[in-house]
Amino acid sequence: MGASQSTESNLTASIQRHLSKIVVAPSFAASLFFVYGFILWTGYMAFSKSRMLPVWDWAGLRQYERLWQMERWHVAIENLLIFGGLFIVTSLIIGCLLAVLLDQRIRAEGALRTIFLYPMALSFIVTGTVWKWLLNPGLGLESMMHDLGWTSFKFDWLVNSDMAIYTVVIAAVWQASGFVMAMFLAALRGVDQDIIRAAYMDGASLPRIYFGIIIPSIRPVFLSAIVVLAHLAVKSFDLVIALTGGGPGYSSDLPATFMYTMAFQRNQLGVGAASAMMMLATVMAIIVPYLYSELRGGKKNG
Amino acid sequence: MYLRKTILATGVAFSALATASFAHAEPTAEVLHWWTSGGEAKAVASLKEDFEANGGTWVDSPVAGGAGDAAMTVLRSRVLSGDAPAAVQLKGPAIQEWAEQGALADLNDVAAAEGWDDVIPAAIQDVMKYKGDYVAVPVNVHRVDWIWANPTLLAKVGADSAPTTWDEFNALADKLQAAGITPVAHGGQPWQDATVFETVVLGLGGPEFFQSALVDLDEDALNSDTMKAVFDQMRKIRGYVDADFPGRDWNLATAMVMNGEAAMQIMGDWAKGEFLAAGKVPGKDFICAATPSENGYLFNVDSFAMFNVSGDDKVEGQKLLAELIVGEKFQETFNLLKGSIPARSGVSLDKFDDCAKKSEADLQAAQEAGGFLPSMAHGMALRGHLAGAIVDVVTAHFNSDMSSDEAVSRLVEAVELAKD
Repeated sequence: MGASQSTESNLTASIQRHLSKIVVAPSFAASLFFVYGFILWTGYMAFSKSRMLPVWDWAGLRQYERLWQMERWHVAIENLLIFGGLFIVTSLIIGCLLAVLLDQRIRAEGALRTIFLYPMALSFIVTGTVWKWLLNPGLGLESMMHDLGWTSFKFDWLVNSDMAIYTVVIAAVWQASGFVMAMFLAALRGVDQDIIRAAYMDGASLPRIYFGIIIPSIRPVFLSAIVVLAHLAVKSFDLVIALTGGGPGYSSDLPATFMYTMAFQRNQLGVGAASAMMMLATVMAIIVPYLYSELRGGKKNG
Repeated sequence: MYLRKTILATGVAFSALATASFAHAEPTAEVLHWWTSGGEAKAVASLKEDFEANGGTWVDSPVAGGAGDAAMTVLRSRVLSGDAPAAVQLKGPAIQEWAEQGALADLNDVAAAEGWDDVIPAAIQDVMKYKGDYVAVPVNVHRVDWIWANPTLLAKVGADSAPTTWDEFNALADKLQAAGITPVAHGGQPWQDATVFETVVLGLGGPEFFQSALVDLDEDALNSDTMKAVFDQMRKIRGYVDADFPGRDWNLATAMVMNGEAAMQIMGDWAKGEFLAAGKVPGKDFICAATPSENGYLFNVDSFAMFNVSGDDKVEGQKLLAELIVGEKFQETFNLLKGSIPARSGVSLDKFDDCAKKSEADLQAAQEAGGFLPSMAHGMALRGHLAGAIVDVVTAHFNSDMSSDEAVSRLVEAVELAKD
């Protein structure tokens, strides 16, 4: 009796000791399998001869070679550079500006903050559809201006294959800058007010205070914002589908839409997997240095 | 894994046998399709009623969205997990691709009993057969190379019928444009660009050229002066289209013709459904005419492929379904609802409209003249990746200032790359 009681209490004790591990284990196993397992699987697919169904025949680097020989992939990569660059920079500038303006202790700040943040609550499909209507020359902005009498007004980016990718930038910036603003606003509020007051005392102007003290002190937020925006840019899919459908032609294709087309519409699983691995590599190139700097920074602080 | 599947399959077979000895196996068929909108859903329902009236159990598996992409993804996972549906809406060379994977069941018994070889046109038989065995059944024939025109607008520039050569087409379009009318309604999606492209290939090159360029992918044909002329004509058509065409759906372009905003549209006969649904009368409110070609006819045939299933009831269900689909009764009701024409001969066309009758007459003429050809833009002529490579070049050319020379060389390159 006493012996069994002690084993029982031993068991309870060991459960308690390992409780955190036991609780985490299922989700850890699931993510190991469903995230990293599938990454490995996709990685292998990119080296296989898969077309309609996954097959295990080794094809070496052939799928990557084919991928890089495709005109359409080059368009997608070029678009990613244009879209990613402009989207990140513009969202940062607008978000930062909005945050600074909202930080001036104005009235109705709460309402304004909600209005600016609201687009983030919408799905990219909705954003894409709304901007498609707004930018359609026969339906939206251009036709409205014509109806108002300004008949020489022209804004046909959506249907111009050279400019279509920029309309994607407009819609994405509209969606994301409120979120960037929220991040910056939180950071601005966290800046030590004593330093700012001291700067006031010394007679520094407001712009001077912002550029000299506040913005440098919230540098880590810039980094986080860039990482979030960059991975949003790489995985952009629904916005393009809703706004331009990748068109005109395939001029506003991004790697994600390219991958979908190859893998699910053209029975080219191999090339699709290769393009997915290229996207993973791009995200890695952004995330790994960030994690590295974060973790190293953590050690230094601790 | 494989062993387990075998045991499972044997088990299923045994239990099927066991039930069969008790009672007569009831034909069962699970049908995977993406006909979920209006007329299509009604068409499928008519098949279901027929099937059930013959004592079958119908298991409906509709997968909406993505023009079949979503359904194909479902199909892939179902086949990989060894649980294929009995019949799947599948068409063109995709049937061959699945047959190569050993996933399709043969229907030769039903075909022999029903005499399919005599009633189905040879070119369609080729699509339905894999190595001489029937693995799929056709439900309809859509014609792709149509011009849908607004007679009121044509009359304004003194024309009373659709053009019969591409030169006439250009002359008429120039006149319309001079009169301030948009000559061509077009939706700028890659498949729509490709639809126009293949009608031009057929018209300017003739059936033989179409066959060697877009079906056999002969490099000389792709790299020819005729192909350059095709791209020149595409550039001209681009000039006849209004500025807002990119991304427009095909039915909105059809509405433009209907409402008198544009004079003509080049589109398959599903466009007829839009006119009829709006209460328009063929010949009076709209004109249906073949795009200029010499007895050419580009077909787009919808079909059901029959997958390997185990169990007597399922095999019986599959056979019954196949028999009914090719049967005259279903071919008539279905095609009246879908706007296409029957895929077999011997069906009375009395209830069909004039455009459908013209389609049937042209089909016969094209078959005799050797111009009855599979559509490239609608996945009848080529496997997905090959057709995709061509469509990419066509749409890139149509939506930019690319020269015809460059388009031709890109076409040759893209096809070469997709082939290996």
